[in-house]
Amino acid sequence: MADSSAPVPQTLGESLRKNGVSRRGFLKFCAATASMMALPPSMAPAIAAALEKARRPSVIWLSFQECTGCTESLTRSFSPTVENLILDVISLDYHHTLQAAAGDAAEHAREQAMHDNEGEYLVVVDGSLPGPNANPGYSTIAGFSNLQMLEETIAGAAAIVAVGTCAAFGGLPKADPNPSGAVAVTDIVKDKPVINVSGCPPVPMVITGVLAQYLTFGSLPELDEYNRPLAFFGQSIHDRCYRRPFYDKGLFAETFDDEGAKKGWCLYRLGCKGPMAYNACATMKWNGGTSWPIEAGHPCLGCSEPDFWDAGGFYKALSVPTGDPGDVLLAAGVAGAAIGVGAGILGRRNSAAAKASHEKVTADELEQKL
Amino acid sequence: MTSMDFLLLTKGPLFQIAIAIFALGMLVRLVEIFALGRPHNYAAARGGQLIPGLKTVYKRFNPDPGTFKRAPFDVIVGIIWHIGFVVALLLFIPHIELIKSMFGVTWPGLPNPVVDAVTAITLFALLATLIHRLTHPVKKFLSTPEDYLIWTVTFLPVLTGYLAYHRLINPYPLALGLHILAAEIFLIVLPFTKLTHIFTAFVARWYNGAIFGRKGVQS
Repeated sequence: MADSSAPVPQTLGESLRKNGVSRRGFLKFCAATASMMALPPSMAPAIAAALEKARRPSVIWLSFQECTGCTESLTRSFSPTVENLILDVISLDYHHTLQAAAGDAAEHAREQAMHDNEGEYLVVVDGSLPGPNANPGYSTIAGFSNLQMLEETIAGAAAIVAVGTCAAFGGLPKADPNPSGAVAVTDIVKDKPVINVSGCPPVPMVITGVLAQYLTFGSLPELDEYNRPLAFFGQSIHDRCYRRPFYDKGLFAETFDDEGAKKGWCLYRLGCKGPMAYNACATMKWNGGTSWPIEAGHPCLGCSEPDFWDAGGFYKALSVPTGDPGDVLLAAGVAGAAIGVGAGILGRRNSAAAKASHEKVTADELEQKL
Repeated sequence: MTSMDFLLLTKGPLFQIAIAIFALGMLVRLVEIFALGRPHNYAAARGGQLIPGLKTVYKRFNPDPGTFKRAPFDVIVGIIWHIGFVVALLLFIPHIELIKSMFGVTWPGLPNPVVDAVTAITLFALLATLIHRLTHPVKKFLSTPEDYLIWTVTFLPVLTGYLAYHRLINPYPLALGLHILAAEIFLIVLPFTKLTHIFTAFVARWYNGAIFGRKGVQS
């Protein structure tokens, strides 16, 4: 972390060279980042130049109601990757899981970082937090409620990155019945730019991509309706899925071990939420490009979307309604049948009454009337 | 409200409301018809009722030659879009999954491109029926606001389904939500308009055939 015993490299370029990253490897990363962000390849040298000179931004990482899965995802790599080094060279001044300090010293590091980098530091939030109307006791750190800590920390922040579906949309803590009154970061933060990097957990490359964008352009990326960077969340899993041709042909796996599953057919009928999920899994994959859930034969859960926990069963097709209409249907059917019988009896009565009150006239009577 | 909130609303509470209104309304209409019954026939029966009734249910699918000569457009385009609508409704895999989840029954579906083509034809046929209705003097004179209402509630689920399948509305939860909403409006409107013919047409045909069957004549 931000220890001051060794001379700390001031720019990203220096730091990368110190860590033995070749110029070639660095440029390859820049080209990949450019293509990831849907920029023309000619932008790669510009990214490289900007990143070379970029100063280490101070990052304060707040962990609230979360499972640490996002941190696991972001720090997990099989060899020292450029992503890893980017994380090393940002000045990660406060992070529960990764920092050595504890107790007052840890909180002091946060206050120090806020003070030294007033108006310039980035706040990364991981996890949802009990909202203003909820009992703050559901989640506290060093005697502060999550809400207090968030409001205090973002006061001098340049921008906030909400990492993971819990921070971005409330996630699992907010799932019905939401016992802790959990809310998302955007429910609290209204006057600062917030970037949502959703996913349970998010793809590691997406967070480094967002940081690279910020370091390169000094600005935040273009966002979608959920404040997610369009470069990574612009396309749905379905549109980029390698199993899409099977959907188009109407070839579906119906169980996890049938012929279709073995042949790698579409997982729609097994509950795949790929058509409604916007994320980069299908193109970037996981574990260094090894595989991703659908390639492993499991339907997409749609974990990058708000309320995905409550959006119907994970193994029910997307077209299946979320509730169980059984009781409603039965009650409506019984009521309908009863009203129908009533209306029928009423009709018969009316008909009988009309017959009974029918007065017969003779031809003579009619002639008299004329 | 985000697009996801909208999708969850249409898939959850709105669907329950729509299906309840549909079931209640349709049962009221059908049970009333059956409860009214028919006057007792004192003449001796000359034949059965069940088989001739069922035969007529099937036979009325064939257009009567006179009608075809007088109004070929109505017969041809009418048959095309009715078949298209039923194929898209009952043989598209996501619809089969929905029916399976609700009633536990299932059947094989058609490949998506086939349903897609059928849907496109249905859309054109439905548009043609509207244009014909608006341009044909007699049809225009006879059309009531209800006719335009049921055309709209029939057209919208097909159109939104086509748009959702081709992902022409973004984001997708909005596209799917709109399609489900259109289908829910169709379900709610159905029992209270002439769309009830979806069920009553078969009842009427059966009665027709049964009456003739009892008299011992062909229908």
